[in-house]
Amino acid sequence: MSEYLEMGGYAAFVWPAYGLSAFVMLGLAVTAWRNLKVRERDLARLRDQLP
Amino acid sequence: MSSFFDRLANPTRFMRLASAVTPWTAAAALLLLGSGLYFALFDSPADYQQGESVRIMYVHVPSAWLAMAGYSTVAFSSAFALIWKHPLADLIARAASPIGAAFALLCLVTGSLWGKPMWGTWWAWDARLTSVLILFFLYLGHMALLNAFDDAARGARAAAILALAGFVNVPIIKFSVDWWNTLHQPASVSKMGMPSIDPNMLLPLMLMAFGYTFFYVTVLLVRVKGEILAAKIRALRMGQLQASVQ
Repeated sequence: MSEYLEMGGYAAFVWPAYGLSAFVMLGLAVTAWRNLKVRERDLARLRDQLP
Repeated sequence: MSSFFDRLANPTRFMRLASAVTPWTAAAALLLLGSGLYFALFDSPADYQQGESVRIMYVHVPSAWLAMAGYSTVAFSSAFALIWKHPLADLIARAASPIGAAFALLCLVTGSLWGKPMWGTWWAWDARLTSVLILFFLYLGHMALLNAFDDAARGARAAAILALAGFVNVPIIKFSVDWWNTLHQPASVSKMGMPSIDPNMLLPLMLMAFGYTFFYVTVLLVRVKGEILAAKIRALRMGQLQASVQ
């Protein structure tokens, strides 16, 4: 297992590449989703205020 | 065909279509990325020259493709917005830009992490690397221009012109490895004829590439929906403001 994690000596390059990719893509998905939900709520509130 | 676009350009209909499609594109992205990661990390060979560091390819190359696909989305919808004044086209360009910028950044960073052990340097002013850095700056300029004016329509117009002018950079990125003598290696997948890559490496690369693509489509659709709602909110607030003035 630890031999696998060493990535033939390239662990310091391989794992950050995968980790950063996962972090940025997760961030993209979460912010897109959260923004949509916030706007749905804002729009609903605005429509309630309309006469 | 034009009536197809006309119908799509109706924001309400687009919202409904996007909501129907996104669960499927999200599921496809998860499935492809999951199996792609399995092959990329556990069931693919080390490279005879690069050893295990070649596994960086499976996250580096798809992000490079997506960075260019994202810019093409921005440029084409900008053209649509400028020529046909489709309001939805502006929103698509606005939604796509930050996703493309994120992938351009990932491409640069993962490339750097791959370059250090293989080339002995984090960065070189080589034609491929420099043109991708320019792509990243084009994205930043596009996003900055979008928000640089009080009048959103003026910002969208300025940003669209920048996006179209910058599109010349996309073929430069693609062919930079052929036109110049670069440190970066030439293409091994889309070469005319047979790709010069081991099938056991091509499989995870393709799974990841399609996974990234479905991920991109999903996030783009969710962001476009968000932009449509934001535009509705702006219009309602403007109406309220005018009503309160009268």
